[in-house]
Amino acid sequence: MTDETLLSGRGLTLSFGSIPALAGVDVDLWPGELLAVVGESGSGKTTLLNVLSGRLAPDAGAVWYRDPAGRLHDVHAMPAPALRTLHRSDWGFVHQDPRQNLRMNVTAGGNVGERLMAQGARHYGDIRAQALEWLRQVEIDADRIDDLPRTFSGGMLQRLQIARTLVTHPRLVFMDEPTGGLDVSVQARLLDLIRTLVARLSIAAVLVTHDIAVARLLAHRIAVMQRGRVVETGLTDQVLDDPQHPYTQLLVSSVLHA
Amino acid sequence: MNGYNFAYLDEQTKRMIRRALLKAVAIPGHQVPFGSREMPLPYGWGTGGIQVTASVLGQDDVLKVIDQGADDTTNAVSIRRFFARTAGVRTTTHTAEATLIQTRHRIPETSLRDDQIIVYQVPQPEPLYRLESSRAETRRMHGLADYGLMHVKLYEDIARYGQVSISYDYPVMVNQRYLMSPSPIPAFDNPKMHMMPALQLFGAGREKRIYAIPPYTEVHSLDFDDHPFRTIRAPHACGLCGADNVYLDEVVTDDRGGRLFVCSDTDHCAERRAGGHVGASAMQDAAE
Repeated sequence: MTDETLLSGRGLTLSFGSIPALAGVDVDLWPGELLAVVGESGSGKTTLLNVLSGRLAPDAGAVWYRDPAGRLHDVHAMPAPALRTLHRSDWGFVHQDPRQNLRMNVTAGGNVGERLMAQGARHYGDIRAQALEWLRQVEIDADRIDDLPRTFSGGMLQRLQIARTLVTHPRLVFMDEPTGGLDVSVQARLLDLIRTLVARLSIAAVLVTHDIAVARLLAHRIAVMQRGRVVETGLTDQVLDDPQHPYTQLLVSSVLHA
Repeated sequence: MNGYNFAYLDEQTKRMIRRALLKAVAIPGHQVPFGSREMPLPYGWGTGGIQVTASVLGQDDVLKVIDQGADDTTNAVSIRRFFARTAGVRTTTHTAEATLIQTRHRIPETSLRDDQIIVYQVPQPEPLYRLESSRAETRRMHGLADYGLMHVKLYEDIARYGQVSISYDYPVMVNQRYLMSPSPIPAFDNPKMHMMPALQLFGAGREKRIYAIPPYTEVHSLDFDDHPFRTIRAPHACGLCGADNVYLDEVVTDDRGGRLFVCSDTDHCAERRAGGHVGASAMQDAAE
């Protein structure tokens, strides 16, 4: 861990009964960096994401977060109000299923504005202007601002979720299979959007995916997980073009080339 | 009074409720759970209010009971008679004479004094219940003062209707800390709660919650900077007493579209009429 590390997990271990979901995982994330965690189903990717974001406590190990003032915080020892504040300001979480994050009975504008209001924004005009601006950034028509999310398509829902998450300008975003369940063309558009936004706002992100192509397109660094362990980590190109671990070799060679 | 303890409830129950009340007064706007008893009236008729009243009622108190502003409706009459029988206390319909006022859905028009207590009947103490169905979650939100969700509701109203559409049970922030349901009083009455000299107690019998606002406490109705809270009333004067700054009830008088707006606070109206004020409708009747 250096002076600049934004998020750092050390010796993270967690078992569900006799199943070891995480076995001594070390992770580091630097500001503005996009780290992809890849691996097959059940390899502990999502569990790692939940532990890193403080949503799930590990059996052993610690997660450290450096706030904008440079102070280090032990995420799992933080008081609940502080962690909640972090989650609705500095951090964001993008779920695979946008319905988990969005309020389906609240309009698109209200969904985007909620985080602002939770932070104390009390000027309707400002909130609405920011909501409009963010809908524009995620390429949703401005005249859909007062529509309910249930009238949105899957891809639009996912983009709405991203707008809702990024409206408070988080420094760190956790993404759990953000493109899962979408068809290929919608996926491509969404990936492009995420790449643009993350680069422009210099957001650091941990991205969980089983799709090597997504990782190659978005990530600076990649961590390959198998049975709760990180078996290989390094720069994305390096890992994908010259995989060292047998499992990574298998993973890379199993991608179909169209 | 034979066969009943003073004010119906047994002393141990009153003691338990008084302890909850003390805690509620100490933390303005915070909902305190209490062991609500079965009362001889149905839920929704004021079982919470009646238990709070029974616990704070003393031999020398003068009791007034209001239902939707009126002293002469079923709920008001039966609760007033209940305490007249079980406690033998004096009752009144005059706001100024009363030391203890139990109310359903209104705050009297006459300003309350610091030697008075007002007890509200509350059907639903949780202001967030329509927005968040989990009680565990709303408790956490209260604990962390995480009230963004309530503003989302206000935002939605303005986006859809151009204004906040809540006309009663308008959520308030008490002492800059707790979000509170003021019970289903009209939003028109909300400003009366702010810095009120009287002690305000709230009892929800079915939901088993008590909360309170101590005298002279800040009570702020939620709003946006550019959409400030406004009170709404029917733009008419009372047909009986002519008052044009009070909350009105609309009474349909015939099947040809005839209607009459009268004070919802019957005591206030009667007092004004006794003082010589006459409304348009009363004047017409006198002329006929």
